[in-house]
Amino acid sequence: MDACCPVCPSAARRSSFDPRAVRRDFPVLQQTVRGRPLTYLDNAATTQKPSEVIQAVCQYYGTCNANVHRAFHFLAEEATRRYEEVRKSAAAWIGAGSPREIVFTRGTTEGVNLVAHAWARKFLKPGDAILLTEMEHHSNLIPWQLAAKAAGASLRFVPVLPDGTLDLDAFAAHLAAGGVRLAAVTQMSNVLGTVNPVRDLAAAAHKAGALVLVDGAQSVAHMPVSVRDLGCDFLAFSGHKMCGPTGIGVLYARADLLETMDPFLGGGEMIDRVGLEESTWAEIPHKFEAGTPNVSSAIGLGAAFDYLNRLGRDTLAAYERDLTRHAVAALRALPGVRVYGDAPERGGAVSFAVDGVHPHDLAQFLDGDGIAIRAGHLCCQPLMRRLGVPAVNRASLAFYNLEEEVARLADAVVRARAYFGHGP
Amino acid sequence: MDLDALYQEVILDHYRSPRHAGAVADAEVAAEEVNPSCGDHIRLAVEVKDDRIAGVRHESHGCAISTAAASMMSEFAVGRTPDEFRRTADAFVAMMRGEREWDSQGMEDVEALSGVRDFPMRIKCATMCWHAMKKALEKADR
Repeated sequence: MDACCPVCPSAARRSSFDPRAVRRDFPVLQQTVRGRPLTYLDNAATTQKPSEVIQAVCQYYGTCNANVHRAFHFLAEEATRRYEEVRKSAAAWIGAGSPREIVFTRGTTEGVNLVAHAWARKFLKPGDAILLTEMEHHSNLIPWQLAAKAAGASLRFVPVLPDGTLDLDAFAAHLAAGGVRLAAVTQMSNVLGTVNPVRDLAAAAHKAGALVLVDGAQSVAHMPVSVRDLGCDFLAFSGHKMCGPTGIGVLYARADLLETMDPFLGGGEMIDRVGLEESTWAEIPHKFEAGTPNVSSAIGLGAAFDYLNRLGRDTLAAYERDLTRHAVAALRALPGVRVYGDAPERGGAVSFAVDGVHPHDLAQFLDGDGIAIRAGHLCCQPLMRRLGVPAVNRASLAFYNLEEEVARLADAVVRARAYFGHGP
Repeated sequence: MDLDALYQEVILDHYRSPRHAGAVADAEVAAEEVNPSCGDHIRLAVEVKDDRIAGVRHESHGCAISTAAASMMSEFAVGRTPDEFRRTADAFVAMMRGEREWDSQGMEDVEALSGVRDFPMRIKCATMCWHAMKKALEKADR
């Protein structure tokens, strides 16, 4: 059997994973668009959902829909039990010490905003600094702009080098300059695919007395991530980018930090004793989950954890790594095509420019072939300025993509270039 | 969906060789528009003499539709009075939004943009330059 092959583990890995079989789990991928097979290459925006996840959501509504943590009837107990089971799965998924450190959110954006409100606005003082990078998604930038303004703190930025990696010397220099209380960094760029050395960054930041928040929106979906291994203090990610439903995400935060933070939203569920003038808060993590949570999506996320665990995270990551390498090489081989970023460790978001064809025109042209990519600033306007362009094309891969889909993309890019006649 | 209905030959021709195009220095900018969803960007310089648009220069950084639209709009504008231009611009924008029946308003090449109406995400690409020109004329009037 291939899996026993001692010489070529990657060949064994490839042969043991069958993306064609896996594709059958995804109803969306079975359709044709404009008479051609759907080629879905916008996975960094959101991934498709396997039947198991869709059914878990339906099954929840069909069998045990109830509000959680309130009533004492059968349905409420079952809904609460399942909801809390997913919290445990989420803790295991990212190597958190306890489910008490898992706060359910709507997604990464809400997770970052929660920390920006509940931690930054309480603890930052005038003169303090938040250290960010130029490759951050707007969702790991705007919340800090707002919090810094409110607290009288300042923002500092680590530049991106021409190869798409962070200027690590600048990171160290910013820390050495003092005053940095928090470093907030993406683990995997949604534009360049760059995987940042978060473990090293966290160690350096801690030495300088700063906490570390990791934007895991891209990374948690595509590579094994352990908060204990990274040594980060906060990590936020989204369910819908990893085969789960929309509207559910996770914020990991160290328990001792959650204890000291103020609530984010106020309302039901997050309270202990409520008076007319003053109230006290529920235990963590419930203190941060005001209102009826998105129970159905949480249960769908639980099904996504199970599904991905069964396929094997290492297996999926290895397949995506090979496919990404193939896609980058295939695009680089085309005349007039430039791929942005060349980090030694990278994920499956591949941004590129086509000489003479504006990204919106390319995306429109590809759509005519049933190929879905993303075109635009990708919620990273500062990074676009660093790259010197207003917009890019991005093809982003998942484990259900095939080499033949990459070939379809490359072929269509060549035809688009001929169609638009190499531009003005 | 027919891609050729969106990218008609006349549009691609204006895209490949835009008329009245050229760099616009900061000091001459009469109006500037940006489409925040895609970063498309147009800068206009305009000259009005004796109540006639005597010259237009546009610097467009954008897709085929927005570049071609700026080229066609500039061709149309030269020789018109600002009032004529404004009336046609308002009619054009209303047509693109589907708020009024399409008629070419005596503009030949501009007819080719009618296909853009079937692509709602792209309508702003075709209308941005007309808004920019109206702004530029306001400034020239003052």
